[in-house]
Amino acid sequence: MTTALGEPNLVAIAFFVLFIVMSLAITVWASRRTRTADHFYTAGKSVTAWQNGLALAGDYMSAASFLGIAGLVALSGFDGLIYSIGFLVGWPIVTFLIAEPLRNMGRYTFVDVVAARLSPRPIRIAASCGSLSVVAFYLIAQMVGAGNLVHLLFGMRYEMAVIIVGVVMLAYVLFGGMMATTWVQIIKAVLLLGGATVLALLVLARFHFNPLVLFSEAAGRYGANVLAPGRQVTDPIDAVSLGLALMLGTAGLPHILMRFYTVKDAQTARTSVGYATAIIGFFYLLTFILGFGAMVIVGRDAITQVDAGGNMAAPLLAEAVGGTPFLGFISAVAFATILAVVAGLALSGAATLSHDLWVNVVRDGHAEEREQLRVARTATIALAIVAITLGIAFKGQNVAYMVGLAFAIAASANFPALVLSIFWKRLTTAGAQASMIVGTVSTLALIYLSPTIQTDMLKHAAVFPLRNPGIVSIPLSFLVAIVISLAFPVADEQRRFAELERRVHLGADT
Amino acid sequence: MRLDQRTPDATDLAALRAVSAARWRVAISLTIGMMVVYFGFILLVAFRKALLGTQIIDGLSLGMLLGALVIVVAWVLTWVYVRWANRHYDASLRSLRQ
Repeated sequence: MTTALGEPNLVAIAFFVLFIVMSLAITVWASRRTRTADHFYTAGKSVTAWQNGLALAGDYMSAASFLGIAGLVALSGFDGLIYSIGFLVGWPIVTFLIAEPLRNMGRYTFVDVVAARLSPRPIRIAASCGSLSVVAFYLIAQMVGAGNLVHLLFGMRYEMAVIIVGVVMLAYVLFGGMMATTWVQIIKAVLLLGGATVLALLVLARFHFNPLVLFSEAAGRYGANVLAPGRQVTDPIDAVSLGLALMLGTAGLPHILMRFYTVKDAQTARTSVGYATAIIGFFYLLTFILGFGAMVIVGRDAITQVDAGGNMAAPLLAEAVGGTPFLGFISAVAFATILAVVAGLALSGAATLSHDLWVNVVRDGHAEEREQLRVARTATIALAIVAITLGIAFKGQNVAYMVGLAFAIAASANFPALVLSIFWKRLTTAGAQASMIVGTVSTLALIYLSPTIQTDMLKHAAVFPLRNPGIVSIPLSFLVAIVISLAFPVADEQRRFAELERRVHLGADT
Repeated sequence: MRLDQRTPDATDLAALRAVSAARWRVAISLTIGMMVVYFGFILLVAFRKALLGTQIIDGLSLGMLLGALVIVVAWVLTWVYVRWANRHYDASLRSLRQ
């Protein structure tokens, strides 16, 4: 199959320029409203439930899920769907346990909740380690993905693409803060959902609008095994471990949790996460169609010829069913997706650096409005430089495992401390602190010792047998928090839990 | 004077605790439900590969059907929670505020 992929595509460039112009216009508009730290971090709490639902979905549906999962399904069938499902099931947990208490107890970051009744300084320092590690690994994965993607799609140089993503993202966050970032997410979510839906419909049109005809065709061509669990799931314990990290990691991602502060109250937070769950579930159901569609219509050989990892399955499918203009549209959507996710990550990293570390640790909570805003913007610039540098430094490296790593750290370092601080009276500062540090360090150490690094990269035998550390690091982190809290109880911190009981349900201002 | 700064009397506290207990009972039951369904699916994927490969009708394997159902269950449980909270939890919160 000949493809226009990798050649400058007029439609793609036109759509992409249109997206940039529109999003920068929104940034200019938002910048007039971004005068205080509150606006910078939370868009003045003015986001509605529907808007936040779309923005949450936009933050979550990265290029990894669109291109990566479609490619994985196209190349390995059913196994790719394990990711589709795993990426969704964390959302009900966020709805039931996290969204409302988070909104009621915090201000700008999830760390506010953990720090609310414990000693703020040690908690914020420990929590920032986990938070920044998640943001860093997620950011590296996105930047390297952006470089490769733009190179493959438009034939542009890798470094150039990384710099463009970094600079445009910087403009959104620096000038428009949360308001601009939210609108960029909303537009991108609508484009991505619209594009993926049209693509799925064009595919189904060739199979009498019956997905089963498509699946049966896939089974006919590549064997019935494509509809069954296969090679990816060689170790059952690893599968469970991955499942745990995907589910609980969702509930510990700082850039997702931060979105609950952009709505006016806990009830709106609840409704918005309901919408997000519906949208994200719909999107992942579409990946069933897109993946098998690419497998049958484009064919596995044609997909791996362009990119061995299968990441170009969805764009190739778009070209096959909709011609070069549709390829252009889908390529532009994929690039917009990366930009938006990077902006969300940078904003949440900036909030950790400025709100958690500078204002609450260095300045002990006493910083004027103007200083807060200035530090937040300086942190954003620093993060953009770091993101561009890391993006270029990791050129050509396999970074696919880094999204999994980010989820594993989020599940092990952030989730246990957050849940225990909401539910468990006896949690102490030392317990939470130890849990967050052990969660971060054990995840990093186990990934380093795993076959992903030892066998695939360093070419020797792995000390730790699992590729996914969650099944060890998550219980370990909970255990450390519980043992230390019980061994060294702090009566005063238990008393403050009772004081906060009302706030968990009713919020700070009733 | 803000309400959270006054010392809550015993009846207030008892009412709050009752609302709190009801809310967490619902939330934790639904969380356990979601985890049982999801990890049940993952365990089948890990240990019963052949069974999940069985095609119920042409083109639809048991694994894909169950996978899609996990997504549907996530939707339904979220809907159940949001509906319960909008009707009952919010009403209890309103009476606590007064």
